[in-house]
Amino acid sequence: MKQIILAAHFPGVNNTTVWSDPASGSQIAFDSFARFARTAERGKFDFFFLAEGLRLREQRGLIHDLDVVGRPDSVTLLAGLAAVTSHLGLAATVNATYNEPYELARKLASLDHLTGGRAGWNVVTTSDAFTGENFRRGGYLERADRYTRAAEVLRTARELWDTWPADELVADAAAGVFARHGDPGAFSHTGQHVEIHGHFTVPRSPQGRPLIIQAGDSDPGREFAARDADAIFSRHGTLEAGKAFYADVKGRMAAYGRHPDELKILPASTFVLGDTEAEARDKAHHIRRQQVSPQTAILLLEQLWNKDLSDHDPDGPLPAFDPVADDDSIIKGRTRLFDDHVATAREWRAMAEAKNLGIRDLIIEVTGRQTFIGTPATVAATLDEFVQNDAADGFILVPHIVPGGLDDFVDTVVPLLQERGVFRADYATSTLRGHLGLEV
Amino acid sequence: MTLHLAVALDGAGWHPAAWRDATARAGALFDPDYWLDLVRTAERGKLDFVTIEDALGLQSSRFDGLDGRADRVKGRLDALLVAARAAPVTSRIGLVPTVTVTHTEPFHVSTQLATLDYLSTGRAGWRPQVSARPGEADHFGRRQFPTIDPIAADDPATAAFIAERFAEAADHVEAVRRLWDSWEDDAEIRDVATGRFVDRDKLHYVDFTGRFFSVKGPSITPRPPQGQPVVTALAHARVPYEFAAASADVVYVTPTSTDDAARIVAEVRSLPAAHELKVFADVTVFLDPDRKARLDRIDPGYASDAHTYVGDPAGLADLLLDWRTAGIEGFRLRPGVLPADLSAIVDGLLPILRAHGAFRTDYTATTLRGHLGLRAAANRYATTGGAA
Repeated sequence: MKQIILAAHFPGVNNTTVWSDPASGSQIAFDSFARFARTAERGKFDFFFLAEGLRLREQRGLIHDLDVVGRPDSVTLLAGLAAVTSHLGLAATVNATYNEPYELARKLASLDHLTGGRAGWNVVTTSDAFTGENFRRGGYLERADRYTRAAEVLRTARELWDTWPADELVADAAAGVFARHGDPGAFSHTGQHVEIHGHFTVPRSPQGRPLIIQAGDSDPGREFAARDADAIFSRHGTLEAGKAFYADVKGRMAAYGRHPDELKILPASTFVLGDTEAEARDKAHHIRRQQVSPQTAILLLEQLWNKDLSDHDPDGPLPAFDPVADDDSIIKGRTRLFDDHVATAREWRAMAEAKNLGIRDLIIEVTGRQTFIGTPATVAATLDEFVQNDAADGFILVPHIVPGGLDDFVDTVVPLLQERGVFRADYATSTLRGHLGLEV
Repeated sequence: MTLHLAVALDGAGWHPAAWRDATARAGALFDPDYWLDLVRTAERGKLDFVTIEDALGLQSSRFDGLDGRADRVKGRLDALLVAARAAPVTSRIGLVPTVTVTHTEPFHVSTQLATLDYLSTGRAGWRPQVSARPGEADHFGRRQFPTIDPIAADDPATAAFIAERFAEAADHVEAVRRLWDSWEDDAEIRDVATGRFVDRDKLHYVDFTGRFFSVKGPSITPRPPQGQPVVTALAHARVPYEFAAASADVVYVTPTSTDDAARIVAEVRSLPAAHELKVFADVTVFLDPDRKARLDRIDPGYASDAHTYVGDPAGLADLLLDWRTAGIEGFRLRPGVLPADLSAIVDGLLPILRAHGAFRTDYTATTLRGHLGLRAAANRYATTGGAA
């Protein structure tokens, strides 16, 4: 039987993170991160996961004010979490467009030392000039160049991580040899996006290189993952879609001389647990209403219509007119959400009319229910079914609330997975790559 | 007035043969526990803060390139991450990593230091460091730097290059400081009635535009606990004095005597905006003269930009108290050998200073700004409350 991989995503800056509930704590205080990470470690999770965004989102030219906003620098935060955990992997999302490989490789190698081999890097890219306004590089990277730069930054980082042989450090006081080579870490890289040379300053880290995670779903993203990643943060929530994605990506690996087991498919997943199926469904609906406030419903509708709809009643009907077909999106700082705005709007209107839904209820309906809803027993069985049927190798769980959102899963689902023999009862290794069964 | 005291941590200490001393932990320099032990020792001594050295290139005894020496410590972990690792397991001591400003992104540096301030609940500081070495520029591939001789700073081309690097540093610190202020302290409102998590009127674009970069803002990280983490600068000459006066809260100067200290303090104090600057002196300390002599025999290449004290703790206390009369408000002591000279500072020097009433017996504040007696940092963007 395949073993299930579990990661815990600290809930971030989306409307799915509920802040209006009395149980919602600070999104920025270290105590919230520490409590969340310790809960994940208590549940023997493989790793903690932190997202990143390098500019505050805007809609209609205004900073978006309805969702949780504000977050730490991810690698710095993880170095702090290393102090309050001992086995849990610690994975940071770090942008490959707005970081330079020398500094990035140095940060991640340092993190791997400071965590004793528990570091992971989720490689993401950003192409928009909007985000670039915060950085020296500025400007815009052609969409097609995003993955070529990301791949080259990653390749360069790997070259840097490999510059110090494992036996470079001698520290032999009597012989007077600290490092075997007087100046270790020599490198030279010349490529399309990166042209650097010199010496790397960090000795080879416990894992050699941190776990590499990739999150894009586009064709170049899949290809990048098949060639370079150890894990994929995927977004396919159903059994059938998961199986198709799994087969597609793993099928691409042979071309790069890799075995399918060397890449772990981990769909982002949400969950709601109840003592009965009905209770879980009720809770799920309640959470969905918290996630989609009246104001958020209008805002999400605007993202499809690409137009100011603030004069619409959240409980009233959808706009009778079609969306503005314009490439200049009113929302900045997040991924493009819809391919065909007019077609999607017509589907939504048809659904609203058929089910007699106002705007808010329609938005709740179309923007996705939670992935797994049920009793601990049914959720555990479903997770296992996904993994045993090759729809996933595990899951990146995204609770809806900070910092206690993982508690009930750890208390009720994890023991059932352990009873099934598909999840570790205790850590068997000390490194993140080790937890995932990857070569260190 | 009591003194402020910090220690400067770097590798196995500031003597190039320190790692070869019998007490050194040379094999552990990349092990987090080594750093935690050092920081905890400093905290046991109730020191104001520790600094952690760093650079974006290998250590070298030469300015114009690498030295090829296998008999000296090479390599470092990222200092800011070492500080972050220490933050949750300490409770009072300030944590001041060196972060290079020449090749890094002000936006990232700003959020990294703000995050350190959150991890330490208000104990973060920063030593912005200029990088003029051509080899470090080659690690980024964006610019080529000339090979300069920093001793020949009166050469016009060298002077212009150095002035430009410090101008870039000042821009960097300004952008970082603006980003720290770009969220007002009460920006998060969680107003269920209007559905708003944040009051966007309390988030501010920083719109920094300079010769070297521009930054739009606001930060992605809310204003850190101290508002403005403490900025410190090492300075040996007029251009860096001006940088420190304009950009820093603490300056480390390098006098060689009491008279020299008085001269430097007068020069620094004469600069615009220097009235709130805390003037520290850097002193490298060897509190076991025999050990210093042994290490000099192993590696005679010890040299320092700061005054070197070799002697017993009582003599060092006399020196510090003497320099205090010249207007020096604090010291950053560079232990010649770690952890031995750090322990000697804590267990030998501090009791003597305390007997003179010249150093705290316990912390009276919880933040680094508090230890240093810096006033609460006003937010330059605040429209209500908080503004000075």
